[in-house]
Amino acid sequence: MAARGCGGVWRRALQRGPGGSCSASRPRRAVACNARGGAVPVGQSGLAPWVPVVGLEIHAQITSNSKLFSGSQVQFAAPPNSLVSFFDASLPGTLPVLNRRCVEAAVMTGLALNCTINKKSLFDRKHYFYADLPAGYQITQQRVPIAVNGSLSYSLCIDNKMSQMVTKTVRIKQIQLEQDSGKSLHDDARSQTLVDLNRAGVGLMEVVMEPDMCCGEEAAAAVRELQLILQTLGSSQAIMAEGQLRVDANVSVHHPGEPYGVRTEVKNINSIRFLTKAVDYEIQRQIKELENGGTVVNETRAFDSKLGCTVPMRDKEGKQDYRFMPEPNLPPLILYDAKSLPANVNHQQVVNIDWIHERLPDLPSVKRAKLVELYGILPEHSFTLVNEDGLMEFFEDVVKRTQMKPKKVIGWILSDLLSHLKQHSLTANESPISSFLLADLLNLLENGDISSSAAKQVFEELWKGEGKTPLEIVKEKQLELIQDQEELEQICQAVIDEREKEGDRRQTRVAAALEASGLGALPSALLSCSCGGLWR
Amino acid sequence: MTPRNRFRWRVMRVLALCRWLRGGTVRALRLGAAAASSAPPSQVRQRLGPCRAVPCRAVPCHAIRGGNGLSSPVCALLQDSVTVEVLDHLERLALVDFRDAEGVERLREAVRFAERLREVNTEGIEPLDSVLEDRCLYLREDDVTEGNCTAELLKNAREKVEEYFVAPPGNIPLPELEERDTFLKGS
Repeated sequence: MAARGCGGVWRRALQRGPGGSCSASRPRRAVACNARGGAVPVGQSGLAPWVPVVGLEIHAQITSNSKLFSGSQVQFAAPPNSLVSFFDASLPGTLPVLNRRCVEAAVMTGLALNCTINKKSLFDRKHYFYADLPAGYQITQQRVPIAVNGSLSYSLCIDNKMSQMVTKTVRIKQIQLEQDSGKSLHDDARSQTLVDLNRAGVGLMEVVMEPDMCCGEEAAAAVRELQLILQTLGSSQAIMAEGQLRVDANVSVHHPGEPYGVRTEVKNINSIRFLTKAVDYEIQRQIKELENGGTVVNETRAFDSKLGCTVPMRDKEGKQDYRFMPEPNLPPLILYDAKSLPANVNHQQVVNIDWIHERLPDLPSVKRAKLVELYGILPEHSFTLVNEDGLMEFFEDVVKRTQMKPKKVIGWILSDLLSHLKQHSLTANESPISSFLLADLLNLLENGDISSSAAKQVFEELWKGEGKTPLEIVKEKQLELIQDQEELEQICQAVIDEREKEGDRRQTRVAAALEASGLGALPSALLSCSCGGLWR
Repeated sequence: MTPRNRFRWRVMRVLALCRWLRGGTVRALRLGAAAASSAPPSQVRQRLGPCRAVPCRAVPCHAIRGGNGLSSPVCALLQDSVTVEVLDHLERLALVDFRDAEGVERLREAVRFAERLREVNTEGIEPLDSVLEDRCLYLREDDVTEGNCTAELLKNAREKVEEYFVAPPGNIPLPELEERDTFLKGS
């Protein structure tokens, strides 16, 4: 199942249980990103270091009701060829008509990534032959895309202990609107391909990142951040498992000071975890190849998730010549802002960049900063809260309902709740312990009705999801703290009497304390107990 | 310009010109007039139509100028630019079929015709890439208005499997020049 969330590095430290759903032990790599962020991989023979260079091309499917250039529906998993119009099937006599919602989605994404929005952008045709591209060309924006020159900031841990987060930036070269192709199902047994055009013509935003990254972790962190941004904006749901977010990685290695090496393109990466593995494997493969005196061929490779390696893709006939030409059926796309907006205009026909800018929601980075400010938690904690689906809302709910300080609540959320969720591959919304129940439990703890070890026991019980409230469990298991002075004195005296023969006061004291706290007494209550001057 | 760049630039020019003059897209799998072809079904190619006499427009065509915008070589060298290499490359890329000398000569004429555009001085003029450039691009509302015509779409498909179109497994590239049965080998 697709990994929800990021590459797994920064979650591991907070889990108390075994491993969790992500790869528990990091494979020994010869690549390590040092504290300053530059990669210093060590070659096998210890010769000059290699600098890997990773660039990403990300295709995000736009969330819209209908396709980019036609009025057929956009839906995942529908009967084959049922969501196809005549234009999508490229029957003669049909023309593209641009969907306004897709333009708005692209502008929103461009603004969120600090891009310059081109007020005039052009459409082009990219020609290549494949069965799932019925027209023989794809309408894209190669010359003048809708947004250029942006940046994406992402954070990642530089050590395994999740104690130090570093922020990096990757430049966004451009964002362009383009059509998706259909889906091919390869039937090798009968030597044929089955083509479903439901996906053909769906609007895509291609986000092209400059090769500013140096390893799989950075690539994964960048993609995760982009995924969060897209989901927050609503321009794309960006679920990799459903193919709404597709990532192709361009990987090359070179020695410092020398020009960039030959790059290969890695495709067929289906989750963020696989992205890390694929990029790291490819870097290693290229380093090994070059150190053995071979060369890296400019080719396209597919990532095989079962074997954990990249293999050359069949069906590649040398370097493709896409024969780009202007799309003759579409005039230039003109966007307006408050200043250039013409008067007396039909608002349905106009996309106003400033109007969209005003309505942008809080981006993940802003949300994190607000959490830190509002609740006084650490940046690393707010990172995890925003990173995990629904966890931030869960945390805020609990904080609202409990008297416990947010700084203590966060410990319960990140260590106990999150580790259990990860073990069972659940999201916060699917948690058997609701925010109400957790808040009740934390209130009991905060009021001094139970000790923290008792609270953990109650937590485990609640996790079973049998519908009992924390109070019921405490009563059932008699986990209440003993507050009664007399009772405490009786317990202590009993232990003292038993141990007095041995004559060691210190031992007796310790034994009494252990006995009493085992029964739920707080150390403070013990201290005020006056059993024969034991504690003086 | 390196020989390689010059080659690519000429190809770009020739291709764009072919498309412009024929006024339609090259569709590799369209049977139509090429039904009489004896080529195997997986390699059905489009026969070049006759060159239409189009009145010359003084329009600087961006695509003809080529991607890197460098100045053109002299017209006299044109005859040498349509070489067997270029023709083979065109056949492979666009799946057109230069069936005989007439087809190649037609191409040469077309290129010669378009070269005359270079006599127009276009210094400092913005290229025109669409006659629609002063029109408004109509933006459609995001409503579902089409689809659900599976049966109609599949009516024309020669083979279908449970409402899927059937295609060969992957692209079948054109064989190399030496292995092809083509007129180009002789020239």
